[in-house]
Amino acid sequence: MVETNMVGAINMALREEMERDESVVVLGEDVGKDGGVFKVTAGLIDKFGPERILDTPLNESGIIGFAVGMALKGMRPVAEIQFIDFIWPAADQIISEAAKFRYRSGGEFTVPMVIRSPYGGGVKGAHYHSQSPESIFAHTAGIKIAVPSNPYEAKGLLLSAIRDPDPVLFMEPKRIYRAFTQEVPEGEYTIPLGEADVVREGSDVTLVSYGSMLHVTLDAALMAEEQHGISCEVINLRSIVPLDIETIGRSVTKTGRFISVSEAPRTAGFSAELSALVAERWIEYMESPIFRVTGYDTPFPMILESQYLPTPERVLAKIVESYNY
Amino acid sequence: MKVQRLQILDDDGKLLNPDLEPNIPKETLIRALETMVQVRLLDEKGIRLQRQGKVTFHIFTKGQEAHVAAALALSDDDWVYPAYREHGIALFRGFSLEDLVNHLFANIKDKEKGRRLPGLFGSLKHNFVNPSAPIGTQIIQAAGTAYAMKMQKEEKVTAVFFGDGASSSNDFHSGLNFGGVTKSPVIFICQNNQWAISVPFRRQTAAENIVDRAKGYGIEGIQIDGNDFLAFYTAVKQARERALRGEGPTLIESITYRVTPHTSSDDPKAYRSEEEVKKWEQKDPIKRFKNYLIGKKYISEKDYEKMVERNSELLDELIDKAETLPKPGLSTLFDDVFETIPPYLLEEKEELLEFYKEA
Ligand SMILES: Cc1ncc(C[n+]2csc(CCOP(=O)(O)OP(=O)(O)O)c2C)c(N)n1
Ligand SMILES: [Mg+2]
Repeated sequence: MVETNMVGAINMALREEMERDESVVVLGEDVGKDGGVFKVTAGLIDKFGPERILDTPLNESGIIGFAVGMALKGMRPVAEIQFIDFIWPAADQIISEAAKFRYRSGGEFTVPMVIRSPYGGGVKGAHYHSQSPESIFAHTAGIKIAVPSNPYEAKGLLLSAIRDPDPVLFMEPKRIYRAFTQEVPEGEYTIPLGEADVVREGSDVTLVSYGSMLHVTLDAALMAEEQHGISCEVINLRSIVPLDIETIGRSVTKTGRFISVSEAPRTAGFSAELSALVAERWIEYMESPIFRVTGYDTPFPMILESQYLPTPERVLAKIVESYNY
Repeated sequence: MKVQRLQILDDDGKLLNPDLEPNIPKETLIRALETMVQVRLLDEKGIRLQRQGKVTFHIFTKGQEAHVAAALALSDDDWVYPAYREHGIALFRGFSLEDLVNHLFANIKDKEKGRRLPGLFGSLKHNFVNPSAPIGTQIIQAAGTAYAMKMQKEEKVTAVFFGDGASSSNDFHSGLNFGGVTKSPVIFICQNNQWAISVPFRRQTAAENIVDRAKGYGIEGIQIDGNDFLAFYTAVKQARERALRGEGPTLIESITYRVTPHTSSDDPKAYRSEEEVKKWEQKDPIKRFKNYLIGKKYISEKDYEKMVERNSELLDELIDKAETLPKPGLSTLFDDVFETIPPYLLEEKEELLEFYKEA
């Protein structure tokens, strides 16, 4: 066991997997000597050299397209996009290429690669260092999406992602990169993609979240218990594609109340998908409207970011509204 | 490819080649120096404010102040797309220091309404385009703006700044290609400061120089000593004249150096040596330009010291004032998403205002 934060856990996962599997290659901007702008790849170049820890030119479609080509030829690239806000030049390579190769070739050509990228607000990074665009990729058939919420999960999910036969977008909540440490086992363990975790059991309201918003959600659940005697069940999705809908179903059929929390803009966000799924399947169980707490439909601000982002108080207000409905 | 590098001032600010000395009025030169000094002071004070937690972020300009020369070589009506280390162009064109300081503090007088990282600002009035953060996007936009100028039959050009890192972006290719094909009046200015965060220039391209790439796009190219004010001025002026004659774009590769960390978030110790930085500090553009002006007896060392002192005091006053101003109010979150706010967004706005009123 090693006591480490999320940065350390991801570093550990990369290091161990690169030792185990020679086909794993890390590439991206500043991933070498600098160890990445968040130091996630720190020290890896010393151990594995500049061929396997490849500092690339500043070009995201290059990074992803290069990785696609490597993956097609039997390597396991782990590409880093420095901030997910800068992923768009690579949209074509991700959406039209990585996510389509298997299908368009009848399963013949496959792209087992990972795209790691820090996402999300809470670091005063303004428009272009804060966004949470998961729904755009969730809307793209052929790419999986994992979002850890703590160091232990980060390592276990990343190992699953690297070993997965399909492309995986691994979204790292940078706001909690160093927020807390946890015991993380050395060596092998994986957390399967598509298995949610019930992190808090409860009977009145189901709360669903992922990534850094999970912690906001948990704080709200605690406040609901302490201040209002409302018992919330909290589900941590861990991966949003594939989605563990069974775990959500077990919970909402018990509580009859559902709130999802995500920091992305509201319209067509992943929370909208969750609302729709719950409505389609379990509307007759519901005792209150299906709610979501999200960011707003504005570009990501700087000074007003703490008002833009869901807070425990905003989630709590919805819990109370749902409970008293 | 071996290329000639245009240099007019030596590292101490003496004229290397008097024949190439441009003819610029004394007052204009002194004002340019003052602008460079202001930019340098903003850098020193900006990072201190960031370390004190008074502003959220700082992006450095130190060592790249010779870019002010472009403001002299261009007309104020020409458009400039900055990358993010070109504050001097805006200041020289009359963007006020007060506005800039308010922007850094992201206070209620910040034109960007506290939405942008400090240093990412623009001004329509000064034909200084609001910059993005995604690297390189402005390069192709500048070609489009230049094409528009041509269509509108205006005697104007567009100049665009970007880094060596940005020369790897897709939009660098698009920009030079579109600019070349349409023979638009655009000047591409690459501030090759040898680093893109931790990635050295050698890892951006296997070509020896960025200017080598001009040929591949069928456009003119010139490499300059980017810390030499006079070389910078001369190259931009010539490029502008060519553009206005209808001869199309020029790629200017300015060889300079980022003597500071990339931003307040960066620590270069991990990836480069102090010696390299020291070597480049010898080529400081302000020192060279100041010495040139002293050599011409336009100013004295004493005048220069006074200039620094005066601007430092002025900035301190502006900072004290800016610090006390409140931040933009909650409702500004929803301004400028569209020209008029649609009903769904109005609903979100009311929800937010209601929530924080209760809280
Ligand atoms: C598309 C994109 N990718 C990555 C980044 C992160 N980033 C910000 S500045 C920078 C380096 C830019 O280097 P260069 O173009 O040489 O400009 P310099 O900072 O040296 O002036 C990087 C990688 C970004 N802003 N946009
Ligand atoms: Mg650079």
